[in-house]
Amino acid sequence: MTKAEEYWRTNVKLVVTCLIVWFIVSFGFGILIHDALNSIQIGGYKLGFWFAQQGSMYIFIALIFIYSVRMNKIDRKFGVEEEEGN
Amino acid sequence: MGLKAMTFLVVGLTFAIYIYIAIRARASSTSDFYVAGKGVHPVLNGMATGADWMSAASFISMAGLIAFQGYDASAYLMGWTGGYVLLAMMLAPYLRKYGKFTVPEFIGDRFYSKKARIVAVICLIVCSLTYVIGQMKGIGVAFSRFLEVPFATGLVAGMAIVFIYAVLGGMKGITYTQIAQYCVLIFAYTIPAIFIALQLTGNPIPQLGLGSTMTDGSGLYLLDKLDKVCVDLGFAAYTAQKGSTLNIFLLTMSLMIGTAGLPHVIIRFFTVPRVKDARFSAGWALVFIGILYTTAPAVGAMARLNLLHTIQTGAVGSPDGNLAYDQRPTWFKNWETTGLLKFEDKNGDGKIQYYGNNKDFAAKAESFGWKGNEMTKVDRDIMVLANPEIAKLPNWVIALVAAGGIAAALSTAAGLLLAIASAISHDLLKGVFLPDIDERQELMYSRIAMGCAILVAGYLGLNPPGFAAQVVALAFGLAASSIFPALMLGIFSKRCNNTGAICGMMAGLGTTLIYIFLYKGWFFFKATAMLPDNPAHWLLGISPGSFGAVGALFNFIVAILVSRATAPVPEHIAQMVEDIRVPIGAKAAVVDH
Repeated sequence: MTKAEEYWRTNVKLVVTCLIVWFIVSFGFGILIHDALNSIQIGGYKLGFWFAQQGSMYIFIALIFIYSVRMNKIDRKFGVEEEEGN
Repeated sequence: MGLKAMTFLVVGLTFAIYIYIAIRARASSTSDFYVAGKGVHPVLNGMATGADWMSAASFISMAGLIAFQGYDASAYLMGWTGGYVLLAMMLAPYLRKYGKFTVPEFIGDRFYSKKARIVAVICLIVCSLTYVIGQMKGIGVAFSRFLEVPFATGLVAGMAIVFIYAVLGGMKGITYTQIAQYCVLIFAYTIPAIFIALQLTGNPIPQLGLGSTMTDGSGLYLLDKLDKVCVDLGFAAYTAQKGSTLNIFLLTMSLMIGTAGLPHVIIRFFTVPRVKDARFSAGWALVFIGILYTTAPAVGAMARLNLLHTIQTGAVGSPDGNLAYDQRPTWFKNWETTGLLKFEDKNGDGKIQYYGNNKDFAAKAESFGWKGNEMTKVDRDIMVLANPEIAKLPNWVIALVAAGGIAAALSTAAGLLLAIASAISHDLLKGVFLPDIDERQELMYSRIAMGCAILVAGYLGLNPPGFAAQVVALAFGLAASSIFPALMLGIFSKRCNNTGAICGMMAGLGTTLIYIFLYKGWFFFKATAMLPDNPAHWLLGISPGSFGAVGALFNFIVAILVSRATAPVPEHIAQMVEDIRVPIGAKAAVVDH
């Protein structure tokens, strides 16, 4: 495997991991099993409802920043980050 | 000062600020700043993207839909934010690395075909135009209320202002104006939410207030109280699911991939200085968008509660439990003028009965002497604008909300019209059909295109295929089914070729458009609809707005199968795909200032 292929594979792996979380919190917790989660109450929110109207959005934001930081590290590790000062 | 005067003052003042910043930004040496390749800081770019992105659908319409659909409207919240995750990870950094300016240009190059570029332009025009129809509805609502005229008159006034705004064009694309617009918008949205959250729950943070107990002494949580009030009046419980799970799932998916496929959002990531900024920029954009989107559920729930309490003043069924029509508040009268709120005294008792169509409740309602729900029309798109009035907030807050709504609708409508105009004049006419026209003629054609687009969108906006956010959802479905799969395959598959991409886009756009037109009428002329637009008649219960996800699936399948059956991509294209996958060697940002 060439270095470029390895870099791409690492990137795709990270993207897939993030998208699994993305799917679980929104489509999973917010939609598919929200009814079951609604039996858990946090404050005035039923948990399923909270994921659908609040929680999933906070996690989306966190995901993008985690991805960006990790990806920048991977760029440096493989030496493919952009040249400074362009 | 009266509300009307106050509104004119605040709207006028905010516009003066935008124009002032636009002129200042032009005069200073910002152009050198851009050309030097430094571009705009990701945080500021994120803020500007937020202003660009949040239109009448987000600002005016969405919380209204949430207020009436409760849990089911979560699809809009998750859909319109979750798309940024896809954008940040699957498109933005690579398109930034590629470094050209428009989406059709990328598709034309990657799929080495002029035809692919034309198909992409058509997809772009179809989704942008549908999007503008939604904006027109929102603009019509805002203008009719604040000029205190019927909806149609307000819409025509709005069209004229959009035309002037878009033709002048200068305000769009200047990042600092958009930052100012973002500030006005977010201020206008959150201030009333904070006031109302304080009134109802004593908690100033709307996101927390929604999960707090009421201050009315009942000791109930706000959401439980709202569920109870809804059920007591024969409506479905607020937090309960009403539609089918499949439909909510597909609507969320459509909106997510549509977000990542909308050309005017993607374009923003072409202008950040570096590939790594494209990633962070999407994150910052979502932070600024998230401030509004996490507030919206609180606005929706609290508006619904206040509305029900205004009309149902006492115990359900008690003789003096309902608001008398001649004692209705001013906001009620004003919205009646626009025709967006209608009351009909079905049982002739001079009081307003507003209740749901739950079967068990119907018998009860009859025993009270109620002859049917008397609020015969409550347009969802009026809720955000009416919300501060219903909560009896001071006039300056109400005026501020008007300014925010108008800023949101105008800036997005103008941006989309510019995108349509440049697609027609630059990509289609100059690029393909009339290569010999000079710049002046190109500009003329783009103005004609813009004028036509406003007339078409305005006409269809008079009798729109849904509430503003629903029309915009259709536009997202179209973007999801056509543009996103082509972009994604263009980056993630080296096997996808010209024929595959073209067939895929046509299959996705075609099926989605036909499905939408069957229920909404051909070209959105309602009279030509061939099937009634309700869950019983939808294929597998999939609404026209949710079909984009299915269309996208068709697009992917067709593109992959056709690519397998036809010649592989040429070597230089495979090389180009390799190249956009790594950040190294990215050129300075392309900026059209």
